[in-house]
Amino acid sequence: MKTPDKISPGEVTPPRVYLNRRKFLEAGILAASAVATGLVYRQLNHHAAGKVRTTKLAGLTPAATPGPAGTNASDGFHVDEPSTSFENITHYNNFYEFSTDKESVASAAANFDTKGWTVAVDGLVQKPKVFTIDELLKLSPPEERIYRMRCVEGWSMVIPWAGYSLSKLLAAVQPLDSAQYVAFETLLDTSRMPGQRADVLNWPYVEGLRLDEAMHPLTLLASGIYGNTLPPQDGAPIRLVVPWKYGFKGIKSIVKIKLVATQPRTTWNEAAPNEYGFYANVNPAVDHPRWSQATEQRIGQSGRRPTLPFNGYADQVAHLYAGMDLHKNF
Amino acid sequence: MTDKNLRFARLLVLVNCAVPAALLGWDAWHHQLGANPVNFAILTTGLLALIFLILTLAVTPLRKVSGWNWIIFARRTLGLYAFFYASLHFLIFFAFDRSFSVSGTLSEMLKRQYLIFGSLGLFVMVPLAVTSTNAMIKRLGGKRWRALHRLAYVAAIAGVIHYYMQTKKDVRQPLVFMALLALLLAYRLVEYWRQRKPTPAPAAKTKTEA
Ligand code: HEM
Repeated sequence: MKTPDKISPGEVTPPRVYLNRRKFLEAGILAASAVATGLVYRQLNHHAAGKVRTTKLAGLTPAATPGPAGTNASDGFHVDEPSTSFENITHYNNFYEFSTDKESVASAAANFDTKGWTVAVDGLVQKPKVFTIDELLKLSPPEERIYRMRCVEGWSMVIPWAGYSLSKLLAAVQPLDSAQYVAFETLLDTSRMPGQRADVLNWPYVEGLRLDEAMHPLTLLASGIYGNTLPPQDGAPIRLVVPWKYGFKGIKSIVKIKLVATQPRTTWNEAAPNEYGFYANVNPAVDHPRWSQATEQRIGQSGRRPTLPFNGYADQVAHLYAGMDLHKNF
Repeated sequence: MTDKNLRFARLLVLVNCAVPAALLGWDAWHHQLGANPVNFAILTTGLLALIFLILTLAVTPLRKVSGWNWIIFARRTLGLYAFFYASLHFLIFFAFDRSFSVSGTLSEMLKRQYLIFGSLGLFVMVPLAVTSTNAMIKRLGGKRWRALHRLAYVAAIAGVIHYYMQTKKDVRQPLVFMALLALLLAYRLVEYWRQRKPTPAPAAKTKTEA
């Protein structure tokens, strides 16, 4: 084929060259437009990326080796399944205070400032107290707990948390006999939590547990994952973990814990009462009205696995609900 | 527009519509679909199906408003891509979410309202894809073909409802799609009304007159 270099000066552009030039131009336009479309796709459909802000936790007691399943609460402290990667735990988060897109939370929360954090623990207690975060963390040394985490959306992880049982904090403030429930509250600050500017949920996020659930040793006040402090996207600096309940019960970035006499309101229950109950115990037999809860997608693995009653913690917690209709109290 | 330019424009649309699928495939191959790859692929193809449905339906109004008659060339390609992405969306659900289980897929499709709407959307797109060839247009005749292809609106409406219903709480994006679709539908209704008003056929009494 003739290329333009070979044309002697003065030669009239022959049709073949003209066509060639047109082809060349068309190929250029085609390639450029495809690249542009690709860039738009990438821009609109990006993945979470970026460094995670976290530091090593001092004095962590590693999780005991997993033993045979039994009815001791501590038998649930270390699930014998491979942990989900740090990358996935920190880049696939439901944390509407930052973004309703699970893969955008990490970047939206990256600069979340937790300096001067305090947690007020009050209500029906002998010794109400506003804890600085340091005081709270020093209340008991962090222990590693490797728990399953089942999201109400139908996916799950295995997360090596660090923290101590909430019961230790409750013991420190001495609940009164009249205390029946524990109510939790997340920080409300639209400048630090920009997702709160949108009206998708009734801010601040609130959650609650019955007192016996809150006192259960599996119920964890978590301050870390993978031996490090909690990254902002996972609920820095302190959050709740209740492994036998759907993930939304695990309220993040807590600023207030109050002991109360009556069942407290909870955010998701308020948003859609027929879809999210107060108890929200993981239960494969009770479907979400819009999707099945029988199976779950374990993040990092292929195929769906069956969901276990109480997320596999039935031996440790089922007695808390003896005699209750779990279809009604979902 | 010359034939040559039109042929090139067609190629341009054909190639660009395939870019998202190519990138999705590339990312899948390189394990870059994020933490929940199957869900990511389902959501991406679902959104692409809806975007292409809306684009398809936007061609005629845009053509009439702008006077760019030639853009009609893109409609068939866009529509077929909408069908392609919706089919891919379904196949990924069937293969990787339901593990190729026909009964598991069917029972889920019938049990979940949002899937009933999605299935309706995909279902009505099948005859549209089948009758998209020139030969089929000829065989059906323009009038019947146009009537049949109004099903594209049914597909889009079903798709948007399906999208809205499966959204957990943040319905801002589904609402944007709904608004776009409503706009396109409103345009069609106004056009339809304007066209029949100046020639009131004496025989065709409307129901409201009765
Ligand atoms: C016209 C046809 C359809 C359209 C336009 C469509 C569109 C969509 C859209 C836009 C989404 C949400 C994406 C997002 O949240 O970002 C979605 C989700 C989904 N669609 Fe479809 N869809 C269609 C048909 C179907 C069919 C036939 C099925 C399967 C039977 C199906 C199954 C699903 C599933 C399982 C989800 C994801 C739910 C979740 O995990 O969040 N869709 N679809």
